[in-house]
Amino acid sequence: MSGFAIEIENLTKEYPFGFLHLKKKTSLEGLNMQVEMGEVFGFIGPNGAGKSTTIKLLMRLIFPTAGSARILGRPISDVEMHKDIGYLPEQPYFYDYLTAAEVLDYFARFHDLRAGDRKERVERMLKKVGLETARKIQLRKYSKGMLQRVGLAQAILHDPKLVILDEPMSGLDPVGRREVRDIILELKREGKTVMFSTHILSDAEALCDRVGVIVGGKLRGVGAPGQLVDMKTQGMEILFALTGASDEPLLAKAMKTGEYYRLQVAEGELYVAIEQLRGTGARILSVTQVKATLEEFFMNLVEADRAQAAAVEVSGK
Amino acid sequence: MKRVGIVALNTFREAVRDRVLYNLVFFALLMMLAAVVVGQISIGIEESVIVSLGLSAISVIGLLISVFIGVALVSKEMEKRTLYALLAKPVRRWEFLLGKFGGLVLTLAVNTAAMAAGLFLVMLYVKHSLQREDAVVLVAVYFIWLKLALIVALALMFSCFTTPLLAILFTAGLYIVGLYVQELRNLPVDVMSPATAAFTKWLSYLLPNFENFNVMAMAAHGRAVPGTLILQNTLYVVIYCAIVLTGAAAVFSRKNLK
Amino acid sequence: MKSQRAVALLLVLILPLGFAGIWRLQHGIDSQLAAVSQERDDVLLRSGKLVKWMSLEYSPLLADIYWTRVVQYYGNKHVRRQANLEMLWPLLDVTTTLDPNLVVAYRFGAMFLSQAPPAGAGRPDQAVELIRRGIQANPDYWRLYEDLGFVYYFDLKDYQKASEAFLEGSKKPDALVWMKVMAAKIAAEGESFSTSMFLWNDIYESSSDPLIKKNALQRLELLKAQEDCKQLNALADEYAKRNGRRPARMSDLVQAGLLRGVPADPEGFAYVFGEDGKAEINLDSPLLEQQLLLERLNKAVPR
Repeated sequence: MSGFAIEIENLTKEYPFGFLHLKKKTSLEGLNMQVEMGEVFGFIGPNGAGKSTTIKLLMRLIFPTAGSARILGRPISDVEMHKDIGYLPEQPYFYDYLTAAEVLDYFARFHDLRAGDRKERVERMLKKVGLETARKIQLRKYSKGMLQRVGLAQAILHDPKLVILDEPMSGLDPVGRREVRDIILELKREGKTVMFSTHILSDAEALCDRVGVIVGGKLRGVGAPGQLVDMKTQGMEILFALTGASDEPLLAKAMKTGEYYRLQVAEGELYVAIEQLRGTGARILSVTQVKATLEEFFMNLVEADRAQAAAVEVSGK
Repeated sequence: MKRVGIVALNTFREAVRDRVLYNLVFFALLMMLAAVVVGQISIGIEESVIVSLGLSAISVIGLLISVFIGVALVSKEMEKRTLYALLAKPVRRWEFLLGKFGGLVLTLAVNTAAMAAGLFLVMLYVKHSLQREDAVVLVAVYFIWLKLALIVALALMFSCFTTPLLAILFTAGLYIVGLYVQELRNLPVDVMSPATAAFTKWLSYLLPNFENFNVMAMAAHGRAVPGTLILQNTLYVVIYCAIVLTGAAAVFSRKNLK
Repeated sequence: MKSQRAVALLLVLILPLGFAGIWRLQHGIDSQLAAVSQERDDVLLRSGKLVKWMSLEYSPLLADIYWTRVVQYYGNKHVRRQANLEMLWPLLDVTTTLDPNLVVAYRFGAMFLSQAPPAGAGRPDQAVELIRRGIQANPDYWRLYEDLGFVYYFDLKDYQKASEAFLEGSKKPDALVWMKVMAAKIAAEGESFSTSMFLWNDIYESSSDPLIKKNALQRLELLKAQEDCKQLNALADEYAKRNGRRPARMSDLVQAGLLRGVPADPEGFAYVFGEDGKAEINLDSPLLEQQLLLERLNKAVPR
């Protein structure tokens, strides 16, 4: 058995469209990617980038135009492999004539669990996702956030080795997002592998061992969130308060927010700047490293992609 | 097979919680009561009117259920994406399909049985006692159920190919064609080219023939249905459903969900 | 992929095997059903008015369906050479009540009804009633008068009525000129070879239905054959006058220089002389059967 939880090789998906399906739109182009055992992997990209397409291809909800993938060392066409994975679809929806407890019990039946065991697990899951008070209500009365919780519960119900979550945070309030984060971290502590997609970068930054960035159906970078950010220029920010007036030229570059000033300088000029500020009698409150955020990285890629698309369009004419 | 059963039971549970079904069954029972009134105002045909009207009601209500719910079985799951979470479980697509089919056929069995019980109550009320000949009504009800199972299989297959509306039209269309297959065989041969004649003859034997299940007239007049016919019709439906469901599974297994 | 091949194999196995089984079973079921139910030669609803009432606004459509039933019924009986066409009238009755303007039903319906079995029901009286109904509903359609005259002329041998029908029809708009000619000719001569030829030829030319065309063609051939026989008998008389005895075979006429070759009927079979010395259709010719049927009809309808 290989050491990867997910191996994706040259996965490509084209959708026919237009009259008679003659034209083709490529929504995923030659994706190569691995997710290692035991890591939390974030799959990030703007809406329509191909995140959901990739996950649906892995789950065999749709079929690839080319390429292949293996999960837990087995080909994805192997249904038995599904015993060891959990999946939360994007904007999940379940049989609305069932209650949360019933739907979980229904799904649990597919996993060769004994009746008593099944009941116990369903109770535990309901508690874990905070639905034990709503357990007897039919799902047609559930809010989007509650459905998301049911979805999460069914994904981890059978204690899978790998959990794949498609936009697990969407539609949740801040409390709900917090809880989902906790669940993901708990899964990691239990030694599970988690792959989740999101377009909310702070989530990925806070949770992931590694992230893969996908834009326009192509993978643009894989690595630890920090690594990816390292590629960007860094600087230092000095936060200080002024006690009196001064005409030090450095102050003109500072930004005043409330009572405090912020000044960004290059790393090499930090000490000179601090000396100069102290000369004006400023009280230094903190010095922090300025990281280019994942967001900037992301934006740059999107911009580049759009520019390229525009260029292609111009040259095409 | 266990997974097929799980899906089937859930499909049955969905039907049980659907209020429309109760309304339809209630409507059928109402029609049977109406038959008592009709029977009283006409002379000499009271019993046969009750039997034929009752069987017609069972058939019509069953047809409505099997066409509309049969088409919705899979297409609704695709539409609402309830299928996604399920297919990530260790379930093959054909197992899901078969389970859905089984669930509705089970539902229809319960429905038909309930309506048949109503019919027998009405018969008992009118005749005060039931004779051995009345068993033929049971056979007629069984044939209706067989017919409905075949229709569900067809509806399921069409819904794997195309949109729900078209699937309903196709299923209803094939049912109507299936009632007139016999006529296809009786077309005057000499007005057609030999090729057309041979083709229609072939077609008439291979299309689902719904006239096979029509023993309403015999039931209404209390004439017995031969056991061979019961066996043949059962076999016919089993084989036909196997063919249709295999086709449906072949299409559905390769279908890209939205 | 392994599973895919398995599915393909399953399909290849199940579909032919399954359909073969269905084929066999359907035959079995048919014979079972045939055993338990009587001949289903039945018009479900015989009252045209009731059917019309139940058909909502779709009565023309229903009329088309009933008409299709008529053609099927007639065609089936025709193919099986069965003569009992007693369902024909009720079917036509319902059809024309549902849609009184379905002219084709009157025209062909009358033909099916009027001709002698097995070509038709042998009920020219009903045919006349049907056409009279058609004329009432479609008074300006001259072809119906032609059909009426046709029935009177051929099937009822009522030449006065036939002449009247043709005359009446000739007054209708768009009626062809020959209608008037026909009226006069029938009034003067009764049945004649040229009139009969003309009428059948008109049916043959104006119809697009293969069954009708075939029937008309047979009649035309028979007429031609009968006319040929008449001519041959005249030649035989001539031969008898010259030689003092009647010819034994056609070749005698050829040797005597009265004929250039042995003549054949339209189906290609040579004419022969019968025992009574009269010219006849060859025993092998399919026309003979037609002729015998016609003769039987003429005896059977003593009108």
